[in-house]
Amino acid sequence: MGDKEEVKLLGVWYSPYAIRPKIALRLKSVDYDYVEEDLFGSKSELLLKSNPVHKKVPVLLHNVKPIIESLNIVEYIDETWNSSGPSILPSDPHDRAIARFWSAFVDNKWFPALRAAAITKSEDAKAKGIEEVEGGLLRLDEAFVAISKGRSFFCGDVIGFMDICLGSFLVLLKAREKLKGEKLLDESKIPSLCKWADEFLSDDIVKNVVPEIDRVAKFLGELEAIAQSASRS
Amino acid sequence: MGVMNGSNNDEYVKLLGAWPSPFVLRTRIALNLKHVAYEYLEEEDNLNSESVLNYNPVHKQIPILIHGNKPIRESLNIVMYVDETWLSGPPILPSDPFDRAVARFWDVYIDEHCFTSINGVAISKDEEERKAAMAKLEQCMALLEETFQECSKGRGFFGGDNIGFIDIGFGSLLGPLKVLEKFTRVKFIHPDTTPGLFHWADRFYAHEAVKPVMPDIEKLVQFAKLKFDTSIFK
Repeated sequence: MGDKEEVKLLGVWYSPYAIRPKIALRLKSVDYDYVEEDLFGSKSELLLKSNPVHKKVPVLLHNVKPIIESLNIVEYIDETWNSSGPSILPSDPHDRAIARFWSAFVDNKWFPALRAAAITKSEDAKAKGIEEVEGGLLRLDEAFVAISKGRSFFCGDVIGFMDICLGSFLVLLKAREKLKGEKLLDESKIPSLCKWADEFLSDDIVKNVVPEIDRVAKFLGELEAIAQSASRS
Repeated sequence: MGVMNGSNNDEYVKLLGAWPSPFVLRTRIALNLKHVAYEYLEEEDNLNSESVLNYNPVHKQIPILIHGNKPIRESLNIVMYVDETWLSGPPILPSDPFDRAVARFWDVYIDEHCFTSINGVAISKDEEERKAAMAKLEQCMALLEETFQECSKGRGFFGGDNIGFIDIGFGSLLGPLKVLEKFTRVKFIHPDTTPGLFHWADRFYAHEAVKPVMPDIEKLVQFAKLKFDTSIFK
């Protein structure tokens, strides 16, 4: 008599953070149920109960126990299903520290700068913000060259922690390019990172998990229209 | 100050730090728990020193651990690195993946909410800002009291019988909290409202890995007066 593992993921289709555990679960060939939350309507009882502190997605429920925060979930998946699929975090402690450092940079410095630039009404602040985002991408390009040492992904020939962390934002970047003509993934400035981005998005697992660029672009356009009409009324 | 090691890793260990920093304190506690001999370099007066800029060009911040010739940055990262590299001491993170995820979650919460509200009180420009930051801080304490009860399960620390990841993350903020308590005359950790945390704090301070490196409160008070030119410290 086997114990059936119950794995459930609460997320929203447009969130880069929700993409991360999806990739990790598929890398480890773990079957899971996906529940689409409605964050604009009302959050489900399950979400509120599982993440009472922050009430945010994604949430992974493994045999009813909740794990929250996307990179935390990815590490949990890596440790729990450690004999299945590739290692997501490198095994060497120093390489792990580097992966954690850069993923913290992406989440705590780089993406907040992009989000602030996207929201601000001040042209000046927007320009400054985009400059910071571009500067961050330059640093990430350098880091990629140093860490990957010629391989396709940050830590090897297979997708790993850093790839999942930064890669989860790629569709958003491409959607912004479509919507606003803003070319952040510029091959002339960050050639290695752009090549990595193409590799990442054409990976078999990633392809089936990320939302379509057009759909995200349309969604961003709708959000912007709502924000603008709210500020006028 | 430099003592070459007798730990299970042959390479030289150096820590760039600043004595008032709770983040540096975390790394020193972790190194002490694992009995790692290291050279400590005080950078408090010179945060733009060549060493700091060399090893941490992205953030220009301490602590920076240098193991052999490899730099490791960011306090929680360093604590995890120490835990994963020196295996002979007690484990800092639990072994169960779910418990590890819980520990990581709470340390992020401590940095993003507790530390931010402590800072918020310190830099508040008026009564309204101060009250809001203090209310947030009290909320954090209440949540951490619940967490302590759940994680400790009747034992002495968040980590159980010994100091663990959450103890280090939160314990390093006890100094700044005591400084705030002195100036605001409010007890954020109190035997009535947070009995678990109250007694835990004494145990934490007395721990052999913590006692030798915990900064003196009076020195921290003087430091705060100089650093924060806001009304609360006058």
